[in-house]
Amino acid sequence: MSDLIRLSAAELAAKLSAGEVSAVEATQAHLDRIAAVDGDVHAFLHVSDSALETARGIDERRAAGEQLHELAGVPLAVKDVLVTTDMPSTSGSKILEGYMSPFDATVVERARAAGLIAIGKTNMDEFAMGSSTEHSAYGPTHNPWDLSRIPGGSGGGSAAAVAAFEAPLALGSDTGGSIRQPAHVTGTVGVKPTYGGVSRYGSIALASSLDQIGPVTRTVLDAALLHDVIGGHDARDSTSIPESWVSMAAAAREGQSGEVLKGLRVGVVKQFSGEGFQAGVEQRFAETLTLLQGAGAEIVEIDAPHFEYAVAAYYLILPAEASSNLARYDSVRFGLRVHPQGGGTVEDVMAATREAGFGPEVKRRIILGTYALSSGYYDAYYGSAQKVRTLIQRDFNAAFDQVDVIASPSAPTTAFKIGERVNDPLSMYLNDITTIPANLAGVPGISIPMGLAPEDGLPTGLQLMAPVRADDRLYRVAAAIEARLEEGWGHTLISQAPALGGK
Amino acid sequence: MAKDKILSFERALELYEPVLGFEVHIELGTKTKMFSSAPNEFGSEPNTNITPVDLGLPGTLPVVNEQAVRYSISLGLALGCEIAETSSFARKNYFYPDMTKNYQITQSDQPIAYDGSVEVELADGTIFHVPIERAHMEEDAGKLTHVGGSAGRIQGASASLVDYNRAGVPLVEIVTRPIFGAEHNAPELAKAYVAVVREIAISLGISEARMERGNLRCDANVSLRPRGQEKLGTRTETKNVNSLRSVERAVRYEIQRQAAILEAGGTITQETRHWHEDTGTTSAGRPKSDADDYRYFPEPDLLPVVPGRELIEQLRSELPEAPAARNRRLKGEWGFTDLEFQDVVNGGLLAEISSTVAAGATAQAARKWWTGEIARIANTQGVDAASLISPENVAATAKLVEAGTLTDKLARQVIEGVIAGEGSPQEVVDARGLAVVSDDGALIAAIDEALAAQPDILEKLREGKVQAAGAVIGAVMKAMKGQADAARVRELLLERAAQA
Repeated sequence: MSDLIRLSAAELAAKLSAGEVSAVEATQAHLDRIAAVDGDVHAFLHVSDSALETARGIDERRAAGEQLHELAGVPLAVKDVLVTTDMPSTSGSKILEGYMSPFDATVVERARAAGLIAIGKTNMDEFAMGSSTEHSAYGPTHNPWDLSRIPGGSGGGSAAAVAAFEAPLALGSDTGGSIRQPAHVTGTVGVKPTYGGVSRYGSIALASSLDQIGPVTRTVLDAALLHDVIGGHDARDSTSIPESWVSMAAAAREGQSGEVLKGLRVGVVKQFSGEGFQAGVEQRFAETLTLLQGAGAEIVEIDAPHFEYAVAAYYLILPAEASSNLARYDSVRFGLRVHPQGGGTVEDVMAATREAGFGPEVKRRIILGTYALSSGYYDAYYGSAQKVRTLIQRDFNAAFDQVDVIASPSAPTTAFKIGERVNDPLSMYLNDITTIPANLAGVPGISIPMGLAPEDGLPTGLQLMAPVRADDRLYRVAAAIEARLEEGWGHTLISQAPALGGK
Repeated sequence: MAKDKILSFERALELYEPVLGFEVHIELGTKTKMFSSAPNEFGSEPNTNITPVDLGLPGTLPVVNEQAVRYSISLGLALGCEIAETSSFARKNYFYPDMTKNYQITQSDQPIAYDGSVEVELADGTIFHVPIERAHMEEDAGKLTHVGGSAGRIQGASASLVDYNRAGVPLVEIVTRPIFGAEHNAPELAKAYVAVVREIAISLGISEARMERGNLRCDANVSLRPRGQEKLGTRTETKNVNSLRSVERAVRYEIQRQAAILEAGGTITQETRHWHEDTGTTSAGRPKSDADDYRYFPEPDLLPVVPGRELIEQLRSELPEAPAARNRRLKGEWGFTDLEFQDVVNGGLLAEISSTVAAGATAQAARKWWTGEIARIANTQGVDAASLISPENVAATAKLVEAGTLTDKLARQVIEGVIAGEGSPQEVVDARGLAVVSDDGALIAAIDEALAAQPDILEKLREGKVQAAGAVIGAVMKAMKGQADAARVRELLLERAAQA
């Protein structure tokens, strides 16, 4: 295995700007890795055929003395939910097979402008509906830690790509945990920024009020560096926050070296423990809290009485918005078109296309959402769910009056087996119990590795949440915890991942 | 299709009380669309005024057009409405190929304007207050053209073409409350109400409000209830009413049609009906019921619109005069008689005459042309006068008459030419060679020629028999192919008689 692929993005970037490594070399190393292991992992739906050419362009600009962005020349994997002009964008669905967007998503545009090399599009649950990437229309992604297990979802492709050293950086989208839960099960870092912190323009919408784009990486600093590239106001997204942001990378660097844990008030949610939580996950979490206390942090138990309704509310709001967002896939202007036997009206063509083009989970949620919005049921379902959402926001507000950050396991269990829950949607939905509240309240959350569960040797993740717009606090604290944990282990967690591809 | 039976209007009114309601859609004349940067232009090549947002391509998001919000607030204020401190957008979900997202972004619970009233003056001088429930912002849909069927209708069509240029054009929908008490005046009120709304939009400068282009569209709701009954009858909603006179005719027709059904013991089906200009009838469209479920919910891609008191007050201070007050003022300024002014109001021609006067014509000339020749042609063609010719061209024609270049008779030909698309008035004059012969020499020569043929006339004139001049003037006009000023010919002829 080439050493280049094992470097963090920050380390690789340093070598690139020092001229020790060229962007072409860095890109080639990752393309080679993809060729070697992706047959097993299946993190990618599409690998760029223009990445090397783009890398060459970066090298030429650097050679010409141009002042490039810190990350210029670093490869980036892009979740297929984000539209790109040079690669198909399918959102994991047959209905968009081969779809080419006439524009780049804002985050992709910003990444390209910073000189990042988009090397491919990563696999995902169809339209980001799922927690295992098993609902991709193009087959599941396998967890690099154990190929028989799921890599989380919906962004299993991005997490697996980063965990398998196929890319140092990836972009994900998080509607109910699709960045953080895959990070948890793959031993990587994933961040869901404050709602409105990163533009959604060009992200194929699942649930507009919950979706947020964020970084998927192997280190906290890398996530912060990528966050700084993609974040900030975008006039094309009305829900994007107009105020400016401090540097996340500066916050992460401060966390790595400073004493930020001393006096830090860390909230632990009473409701995030017990039933449904795997013993090894709870054990690692308890140890992490002990470590925090040892570093001078104060652990405060907080009560968030409405969190127990979060999953229920989420599974009404998400399908409702999704049923409307996915209405545009009707074959009239783009995408798959299926003609019913014997012809038919435009309605018949729409119906046949949607019948053939959507998978079962997508249909399940469209039907749920359509029902939840129906007149006569709206108040009982969508209306009540929105009230719960407000109550959860109040729980967060009350909690953040007492604590600086909230900590929890990022998910209740380690990676389950592929196929284990695919026919049990409810148990699949419950895997998002810890991550969903942040989406409902719009607060930022991060997942970082917190060790392997003793019973199965699989990664677990620590989730931290902060108040709206306090994303920098997350990076500061997460970088400090990451440093302490690795100091204790004597290595990074990801270095313990099994070798792949027979090498 | 079997022809619907209708009852006489008088009999219908004897038995039933008509209750009206209107939904008027006005396309705002903003530079760009409601939620995208695509140009908002009429008449472009199909599918050229579009961006990925207008096509609802994956990943696109809407952004509210600020100018459209200002226009909507101004319109709301002019309709006497309250302006919402917080107004929000909602999605109206339904599948139709002219909707690129299969939902329309509109306003539901929190319209930008609500609770207004519009003063409408009828021909007999009665003032009617039409209650406005709300005015809300939304986006227009694309345009479908059905091919292979008859007359562009969907029945029998083999395919449909979609033009998304109109998709996303900003609209304000003005919804009235039920309008009671119009009685025999119901059809006239319908027309007058739409005319007032149109005038308001034009005077605010927020829309061209040209009905023939669909800038302003009216859906007319009509229901009847038996005299003495409290409960409202079942209503129909007639769409596709694209001129002021059609509004009047459609309401009259629906009253007569519904009355015939009710009188025969039948029931009215709640449905959308389509107005047919050619036959002057309506036909059943889609049945409409409360079961229609658009699954409205708050549009999560947009923030609420919070205009702020300051902006609202600023826009209020910039409002033009209310139409009724303006009418009283204009009537005085223009010096029209009651009858003349009513003619103008009934013809829905106030805005046209204002603009024509503004373009340099005298008020009387403007009135004469709009209510005369242009109204006559409009009537023959079954369209609104305003759709035929621009006020600037009418003013230019009037000025040519004033300058003596044209006689009234010649000017009528010029108006005809402009309407027929032959260009500006001056271009029509040039192309058709219509200018008055103002060369006295040519006229005198023609007079001499006419006198030579009728030598006794000079004698009669000298004897004071002035009516004898007619024969010569007629002959001269004929020789000049009508392009002479008869008054000048007369003057020259009398001078001639005095000389000899």
